[in-house]
Amino acid sequence: MNKPLISVQNLHTSFFTDSGEVCAVNGVSFDLDHGEILGIVGESGSGKSVTAYSIMQILASTGKIVDGSIYYKGEDITKWKEKQMRDFRGKCCSIIFQDPMTSLNPVFTIGNQLTEAIKLHTDKKGKEAKARAAELLELVGINEPERRLKQYPYELSGGMRQRVMIAMALACEPDILIADEPTTALDVTIQAQILELIQKLQKELGMAVILVTHDLGVIASMCDNIIVMYGGRICERGTAHEIFYNPKHEYTKGLLRSIPNVTRMKEKLIPILGTPINMLNLPKGCSFCARCDNAMKICLTEKPEEISINENHKASCWINVRDAMINEGGNADE
Amino acid sequence: MSDILLEVNDLKQYFPIRTGFFQKTPLKAVDGVSFTIGKGETLGLVGESGCGKTTVGRSILRLYEPTAGQVIFDGEEVTKNNINSMRKKMQMVFQDPYSSLDPRMTVEDIIGEPLDVHKLYSNKKERREKILELMNYVGLNSEHATRYAHEFSGGQRQRIGIARALAVDPQFIVCDEPVSALDVSIQAQVINMFEELQEKLGVAYLFIAHDLLVVHHISKRIAVMYLGKIVELADSDELNNNPLHPYTQSLLSAVPIPDPDIARSRQRIVLEGDVPSPLKMPTGCPFRTRCQYATEQCAQECPTLTDRGGGHMSACFNK
Repeated sequence: MNKPLISVQNLHTSFFTDSGEVCAVNGVSFDLDHGEILGIVGESGSGKSVTAYSIMQILASTGKIVDGSIYYKGEDITKWKEKQMRDFRGKCCSIIFQDPMTSLNPVFTIGNQLTEAIKLHTDKKGKEAKARAAELLELVGINEPERRLKQYPYELSGGMRQRVMIAMALACEPDILIADEPTTALDVTIQAQILELIQKLQKELGMAVILVTHDLGVIASMCDNIIVMYGGRICERGTAHEIFYNPKHEYTKGLLRSIPNVTRMKEKLIPILGTPINMLNLPKGCSFCARCDNAMKICLTEKPEEISINENHKASCWINVRDAMINEGGNADE
Repeated sequence: MSDILLEVNDLKQYFPIRTGFFQKTPLKAVDGVSFTIGKGETLGLVGESGCGKTTVGRSILRLYEPTAGQVIFDGEEVTKNNINSMRKKMQMVFQDPYSSLDPRMTVEDIIGEPLDVHKLYSNKKERREKILELMNYVGLNSEHATRYAHEFSGGQRQRIGIARALAVDPQFIVCDEPVSALDVSIQAQVINMFEELQEKLGVAYLFIAHDLLVVHHISKRIAVMYLGKIVELADSDELNNNPLHPYTQSLLSAVPIPDPDIARSRQRIVLEGDVPSPLKMPTGCPFRTRCQYATEQCAQECPTLTDRGGGHMSACFNK
């Protein structure tokens, strides 16, 4: 078996704000293999984006990885110096953001911004770099690439801008592409175009993709494996099939019940009651406990450990532990 | 028919845009839209951004002065002169729960403002009782009354916005993307509340959204807009099972379905290119530049909305 491309282990990322330490990510571990599409899904504030930013080490100045390690091809990149990280970003791992308008610089042309990445990370210069930029634009399906290179971001539509962002991310053929809500700001028909493009490029270039989103629909059509996050922790992980058809965490079950079901459209939705947790003071036990209908005593006081449901599926919920005990004939109250 | 609550006839809303020093070009945000909404019914209005769906909602309430066309509410035409009394019967819930509430007003004053405007109480005590009743309707606690909007989460703010709309006891509410700014788990709470309020109060909704799954769930009928025109209007199940217009077909196929087996097995019709600028509208059918069935006729004349049986309306020559 090959080593995983990226292995995140027990990652803790906190933001030190005026009102105290905000523990955005609390002990997240996962592996990403070559050519895999991994989906991270969760509500706003669940720590999904911060996990992605931690890998790239592009956290805001108040943010810090306080514990844990991230191994890239066996090396711990949390110990790397800034200079090494600069090489890592772009060459090994690239990111595209949610809002293509704010992530492009409005006062430089597309060509200028695209060639910057190429000049920084490869030995291509001048005309060569420009030719490569045009080639990249063609790769992401932009017509008349030569003309587009001279245009400014405001002259392009939202979908086009996102294509430019993808072209920029792919400039140095990274092993990993992190897509942080890549289609949230786009319309459905444009969203379909961009998702199709990411899938196509992933197959052609064989890179691994981490897709961070809140949209279960996007996740369902794109991902091999899925991680569900809540309150900075991983609730459940498994193949798309397991997560959607055999959810084992109360939060995942709740999420799936709260969106309209395609086959039973007119049925009443069952919402998750309450509001998302306050990251400033995390509960001692399970972070979902306060909103969980089936919470038990133990959920209040102790963090659930991750247990295997089967070889492709793990969940962190005490209910599974209880059920396993009942199956074994033990006493559930223990 | 007496069941019809709201009738919109050939509504047009043009905005003059400066395109040169002396030159102004009309931007046709809404270009001849007609539909009806029955009492206690929900009509969904979907389309991509810039297609004019929000403008339709705002023009009905005369937040914009329509360029042409008429809006008839409960047998009476809505005009500039009677709009104040009409707004007692029609209200609106806005998309962004953060910018649609005055940060310097307490919840009590926000919900009480429509009561003040329409003088719907005789003394202070009655006003307060009404406000608390409204807060109870939308699931807010009475101790929230003295707080300010910034103290609430997105879902709670949207509840305040809904309570404000309900204050005048309207028969019709325009809901302009009321759940798009909310998290998935909170969306379901608010959608359920809309449905419960409809059952309880018999209020009709024009539900504007871009999330087709949500619209399908909540609406009885759905209208699909493209570049200022309604291209298809049908019963929501009929529209989803049997879309006729090529734009509706591709729109539906582009919706991400939260079910891996269905999502992976179905055929996506991916549209090429972007929506044309409404300033440089294509001649004839507005959709023809992205349509795979477009013919010579589509470039010449614009298809009108015609009934294809059972109230299923579509505006296309070829489908």
